[in-house]
Amino acid sequence: MAEAAQIPDEAETRARWGGFAWTEENQKKANAILARYPAGREQSASIPFLDLAQRQVGEETQTQGWLPVPVIEFVARQIGVPYMRVFEVATFYTMFNLAPVGRYHVQVCGTTPCMLRGSDDVLAACKNKGLIKGKTTPDGLFTLTEVECLGTCANAPMVQINDDNYEDLDYDRTIAVLEALAKGEQPKTGSTIGRQTSCPEGGPTTLTAMVEDNHDYRGEWA
Amino acid sequence: MLADKDRIFTNVYGFQPWNLQAALKRGDWDNTKALMAIGQDAIIDVIKASGLRGRGGAGFPTGTKWSFMPKEPKPDRPNFLVINADESEPGSCKDREIIRHDPHKLIEGALIAGFAMRARAAYIYIRGEYIREAETLFAAVAEAYDAGLIGKNACGSGYDFDVFVHRGAGAYICGEETAMLESLEGKKGQPRLKPPFPAGAGLYGCPTTVNNVESIAVAPTILRRGADWFSSFGRENNKGTKLFQISGHVNKPCVVEDAMGITFRELIETHCGGIRGGWDNLLAVIPGGSSVPLVPAKDIIDAPMDFDGLKAVGSGLGTAAVIVMDKSTDIVRAISRISYFYKHESCGQCTPCREGTGWMWRVMERLRTGDADISEIDTLQQVTKQVEGHTICALGDAAAWPIQGLIRHFRPEIERRIIERNGGSLAPMQEAAE
Repeated sequence: MAEAAQIPDEAETRARWGGFAWTEENQKKANAILARYPAGREQSASIPFLDLAQRQVGEETQTQGWLPVPVIEFVARQIGVPYMRVFEVATFYTMFNLAPVGRYHVQVCGTTPCMLRGSDDVLAACKNKGLIKGKTTPDGLFTLTEVECLGTCANAPMVQINDDNYEDLDYDRTIAVLEALAKGEQPKTGSTIGRQTSCPEGGPTTLTAMVEDNHDYRGEWA
Repeated sequence: MLADKDRIFTNVYGFQPWNLQAALKRGDWDNTKALMAIGQDAIIDVIKASGLRGRGGAGFPTGTKWSFMPKEPKPDRPNFLVINADESEPGSCKDREIIRHDPHKLIEGALIAGFAMRARAAYIYIRGEYIREAETLFAAVAEAYDAGLIGKNACGSGYDFDVFVHRGAGAYICGEETAMLESLEGKKGQPRLKPPFPAGAGLYGCPTTVNNVESIAVAPTILRRGADWFSSFGRENNKGTKLFQISGHVNKPCVVEDAMGITFRELIETHCGGIRGGWDNLLAVIPGGSSVPLVPAKDIIDAPMDFDGLKAVGSGLGTAAVIVMDKSTDIVRAISRISYFYKHESCGQCTPCREGTGWMWRVMERLRTGDADISEIDTLQQVTKQVEGHTICALGDAAAWPIQGLIRHFRPEIERRIIERNGGSLAPMQEAAE
């Protein structure tokens, strides 16, 4: 496929990642993950393990992380299935990066609900900051991907950068988020216009008693 | 408008904390043991009587679905409940609000539903991109275990029930129930052929029911307030309350719970501050998430927002994800972008979908710019009919319907683009007077 990532040279990645193993902390997490599935069903852990492995690679490389082939082989050994069973999972799901990404993986939602609210402007802001779709900036800071619906449609347009969402964006606020990240600051996550989650802008039309107080409606039940 | 006291998700905007202590004060986990004490079949009967239909899109009666599960599971083949939190339908963003702001409603519902269908455990499959939401859910489940609400002797009821959270990794197709089971088993999310249905052979080959988050999370409140209360909202066959998610060209997009059958006009006027630019500026609405056909303004304005009301205007309620488009919208591009979505998300298993989604998107892109022949509109319509109904799962149908809706309602607009691109004009031919 033309848009598929170029998988890096195998000899180099094998030299760098051939000795991959869980850190002590991640070994505990891996044990907790395995405990969720019945005995003999360890394969169920393939997605959580790949996610954990990608995060560990990310910590070691100071990026969002990716999955070199030796790391996928490690996951396959951990759950006792052939390499191909795990590799096909890694290629099937979009959250697994098969090639290195930058410090911040900027994932702009471009699906129709975000498009209607101006995701073109968000992409234009990324472009004007030097981000190119499918590529990492030369300083290794940003990788830009256009992704499909991230389920934040009432707060469109939005971008997910590593683990956090930035919502209700426009051109200027996208620039502000990217500039803050480039300076090493952590911009406020969630709505960028100070809106309370998916509440109508300017205050709720319902459940106004909940704003100030954890109201118990049971007393009003007939 | 629905009164606040009749809303189920009282913390939908997260003004208050999600944690157990706050949830208890809002009435969650209030004597759950007594709700379970009425017995498994009685719970199913209440849910049946309430008229609750599945909130994930298909609208299958929830109580009936639960009753398909084996009444006496064998020890080596336990029953499982799988909760579908893989909310990926463009326009949908309701399960996210439940999970991050009212997770205990979901966990309590999982216990009650799991108990009713004699399940040994529930797996909540949450989409991978809901990273912070999953953190909340993991923490809420841990709280419930620590308080003895789930696990061994859940809520002191004598019933053992586990709740596990499983994160996906970014695949729309895993919202399809059998693809979700494949994914839970650690494989690619490619749907299975039915039969066998999951109630016969689902997760790990065991009897399984897959329910949407909202369907499960409303169950405890229905049991507390009674089937009559829930069925007092909405029209016959379309009962209850529903989380609506309004996105697109309204003044204030939001998620809001209201009664089923509320008209589109009332929904938008009451909660969303009206259509951007006024009602005359409304072009079309996709009322149930990207898979359902669009409805032009004149048909939708006074339509009741429920399963049958939207079926009557040639569309569907789906997940009640209302995507509003005003007259500034490039309608062909909006639908073409949806076609791209399905091309991207096709799992590649069935040829009509794998090849058809890409083909349909490429033709849609040419129709967008007008770089096509008028006859290609009919060819496209014909191809959508060849994809529809010829695949294992409904993704092929979901890819076909938006295009069919566009051609049905906006054919003149597509033709105009083609004619103008080819140098023609729709205006009557100007002829010299002499």
